[in-house]
Amino acid sequence: MRRTLAVLALGLSLAAPGARADEFTKADTDRWQKEYLSVVADGRALWTSGALGTNGVACGQCHPNAANTHPETYPKFQKQLGKVAQLFEMVNWCLKNPLEGKPLAADDPKMTAIISYVNQERRGVKLAPGTH
Amino acid sequence: MSKLITRRSVMAAGAAGAVGTLTTLPISMVRLAFGGTRDDFTFTYISDAHIQQIKGASFVRNWDQGLKRAVAEANLVKPESDFVMFGGDLAQLGKKDELDHGAEILSHLSAKMHCVMGEHDYYLDLGEYWSKLYGPQHYSFDHKGVHFIVLNSILTTDEWTLHRWPSAEQRMQEMAGLDNPNGSPFMVGEKQRAWLKEDLAKVSHETPLVVFSHSPLQKIYKGWNFWTDDAEEVQALLQPFNSVNVIYGHVHQIQYNQIGNISFNSVMATAWPWPYPQTYAQAESHLPVLTVQMNRGDPFFERDATGWQLIDVNSGRIAARYQLWDNDPRTVAFDHKQGHPVDLAFQEPTNRRPPQTHY
Repeated sequence: MRRTLAVLALGLSLAAPGARADEFTKADTDRWQKEYLSVVADGRALWTSGALGTNGVACGQCHPNAANTHPETYPKFQKQLGKVAQLFEMVNWCLKNPLEGKPLAADDPKMTAIISYVNQERRGVKLAPGTH
Repeated sequence: MSKLITRRSVMAAGAAGAVGTLTTLPISMVRLAFGGTRDDFTFTYISDAHIQQIKGASFVRNWDQGLKRAVAEANLVKPESDFVMFGGDLAQLGKKDELDHGAEILSHLSAKMHCVMGEHDYYLDLGEYWSKLYGPQHYSFDHKGVHFIVLNSILTTDEWTLHRWPSAEQRMQEMAGLDNPNGSPFMVGEKQRAWLKEDLAKVSHETPLVVFSHSPLQKIYKGWNFWTDDAEEVQALLQPFNSVNVIYGHVHQIQYNQIGNISFNSVMATAWPWPYPQTYAQAESHLPVLTVQMNRGDPFFERDATGWQLIDVNSGRIAARYQLWDNDPRTVAFDHKQGHPVDLAFQEPTNRRPPQTHY
């Protein structure tokens, strides 16, 4: 606790006068969006790359524009796995099987990029967790 | 096993008017017997194998298996169907090694084969090696009173084809990505349309036509080239004929439609299924409203939502019998009373199944 306070105090002392935790500008949100879209672009590059697995097959061969991936339905009961699963588990299933490659850690930057791309292509669709 | 069903028994069973069969047995020929001299027949349709080289003599096993299975099953059909069509996209990246490997698998077919050009066969060397294997890229032939026409519908502008890309390999890669915005809309083109017009001038309007193209000769979704840019011009040349049937590959899914006198049927891929275009939430598309969609594919069954077809030709109209490896087979047949193709089991909305809903 004391340590946390010390870190906070240090943080406060370094902050510019007047900066507050809950304030940000249009320039900030523009920058954050740019960061996100650059990860989406990385995801699109991975999605269409034959280098993600070992046999040259790309995700996009079966899923143009990441269609038929249904990110809005996860987590859901995945009948083939017999349990409630997250989208990254299905991405890994595809990496191991059709792509004959190795799975990625859930927080691997490549997985983050892939999930970002899949969600970006599905933007605007209502969340429907659990839907088969 | 083959089964002979008389026209009378079909009528009695209440299937009056629909071309095709009462029961569909996966590897069997079920023919309608007509009185008189009318010559009805069946041919086999295999499409979209996408044979993909990894390196050297190593190819993607999954796609190889699809084509091998279709060829093996087609050879088991008794009595043998009159001929086999291969609907295009034999290769994934148009390479000689891929076309040779695919041709080797297809060479096991016992019936005579005719081939359609796909974009994956074409854009590396502009069809040169494919033509060495399979001959002309557009042609026509007559069989038992039906005029068959094969078109190369995957051409595009000279600028895109000849001047835009630094290498043939890049040109092929750009066209191979279905959703790649750097691709270009397919077209039959002016030269081939002039040939078609000339070819059709020799044919009576009563003669049934069956036209084979790789891309749909109708406009469904431009973003994935479920589309042919000069579809209307080609349709206009076909409309004067009483019975016109267009069969196309490329879309890796069941589609069917009716525009004037022209019936449209798609065929399945042996390689992998594609999503229906409306499942891409960011763009508008126009799947024909007649189409009852195929089941959503289950990736855990490697051959699910892929397959091959037997095509019956009766009275100048066709019935497409889809041999679906991990689903019940489906038959989409022209219904003479309604004047368009119908699915014999699922056309009525109340007969549809939850897996046929795509989103």
